[in-house]
Amino acid sequence: MAETREIICVTCPMGCTVQATVENGEVCDARGQACKRGVAFAREELLDPRRMLTATVALKGGVLRRSPVRSERPLPKAMLLRAAEVLRSVTLQAPVAQGQVVVADILGSGVDIIASRDIAAEVLS
Amino acid sequence: MSLPHWDVVVIGGGPAGMAAASEARAEGAERVLVIERNTEAGGILPQCVHNGFGLRVFGSDLTGPEYASRWLRRAEMAQVEFMLQSMVLEINADRRVLVSGAGKLHELSAGALVLATGCRERPRGALNIAGSRPAGILTAGTAQRLVNIEGYMPGKRYVILGSGDIGMIMARRLTLAGAQVLAMAEVLPYVSGLRRNLVQCVHDFDIPLHTSTTVTRTIGRERLEAVELCAVDQHWQPLCETARTIACDTLLLSVGLLPEIELARMAHVGLDPLTGGARVDESLQTSVPGVFAAGNMVHVYDLVDAVTESALRAGRQAARYVLGNRLTTAVTPQTIELGVNIHHVVPQVLHLTPELDELVIELRVRSPIEQPVRVEFLADGERVVSQRLRYARPSEMIVLTLKPDEIACLQRAEHLSVNCRPWES
Repeated sequence: MAETREIICVTCPMGCTVQATVENGEVCDARGQACKRGVAFAREELLDPRRMLTATVALKGGVLRRSPVRSERPLPKAMLLRAAEVLRSVTLQAPVAQGQVVVADILGSGVDIIASRDIAAEVLS
Repeated sequence: MSLPHWDVVVIGGGPAGMAAASEARAEGAERVLVIERNTEAGGILPQCVHNGFGLRVFGSDLTGPEYASRWLRRAEMAQVEFMLQSMVLEINADRRVLVSGAGKLHELSAGALVLATGCRERPRGALNIAGSRPAGILTAGTAQRLVNIEGYMPGKRYVILGSGDIGMIMARRLTLAGAQVLAMAEVLPYVSGLRRNLVQCVHDFDIPLHTSTTVTRTIGRERLEAVELCAVDQHWQPLCETARTIACDTLLLSVGLLPEIELARMAHVGLDPLTGGARVDESLQTSVPGVFAAGNMVHVYDLVDAVTESALRAGRQAARYVLGNRLTTAVTPQTIELGVNIHHVVPQVLHLTPELDELVIELRVRSPIEQPVRVEFLADGERVVSQRLRYARPSEMIVLTLKPDEIACLQRAEHLSVNCRPWES
């Protein structure tokens, strides 16, 4: 049986409301989105919801005390809290390079957590 | 003795300052300097570790630090000079700048100045909440800095007042950092930040959101122990019978941003009471010739991409001013009148010179209209630009970009105005 659900697309700041109709486990109709990314988002949101994870992890020996990190791709939404918990026990050592892998394949998701900026090592005087 | 001279001096090294400086160089200004008080450029971006930046400017979804590093690289490629850990103490209308840095006072002069001083958060003192001054009450941005830069959790159990974007982003950030966010209260009947943040920060983590609700009292002397929440009527008056207390140790305030205008005032830059920022013309020039304004000190933007886009224009026009390519002094400025449901408009005034080749009008509406609307720009009652939007909300800035033939229609106009009303079917 077809079911229509209202979804707010989070792909861009426009935040379109998409009316998506699901039938037999497939999105068969989507309305209200300003661009085609809304259709892709509605499909993913209904069948396999994912989000980007961003956080900071502890850093030793750097000019800053925290290093910002992100998931290289969106993670399954249900995994966010557990992945964040993993990151709470991570400590990096400076220097850090943007894009450097911080946790590979977090929770077996196939997604790496990477550093989102360069951080130089502290110069001891 | 002549002062050290730069063609363009940009005050503030955040997204607006980096974009304005890079573009001033690209437009032909020789020596361009950015003065930044922090140890690095980037402004607020280094602490905005979430993604969602750069979709418009770079076509990719970046975190704050990534967006900052792209612009820093661009500025360095453009040979913009940076003076870091340096604070501007004074500026004047003759574009002299007094800077404190490296333990010394420096005075310099600028062919054009770009003010890119950003904004500040509205503090607790502006809110009139009853209670003493316990530890544990801070703005959302301060908490963001403590968590993301200093590595310090300000509390364990939070209530957030206001549903601005920083408040919603902090609700998610604190939840991911292991804290509890017990409630988010918004005095308006609707969320004041972006809908995408409502979904991915509030709904995703089941944060209890209470609209038409405010904090009426804080409880606790040394440390915050609880807050009192109260529903409000349409005039924001608390309905006392609805009062309830929530035990918490930290209250975050996400109740609006105010343009930072202290330096602008020193140079006698004209201000707009509706935006709280500098009054500007079509080239982002303030009321003081040669002094330009960029980014959140003009009016507070929703998106860093929009800050960048406006700052690029400010930098370009500052360079043109220095190079003598466009002078507006011969023309009487025309004020844009605020018509139906318009809260404010930027630029506030236009110099309609024949050389005018780009014109972008940014505005916010007064009240939300949840149906298709027409936003129109009128010259002497004639519709010059009309745009259909699916809705209009105060939280989402509306931008009208005029084409050259539309700009030409303005040339002899005596009355300019903007309206936003439901689309007539």
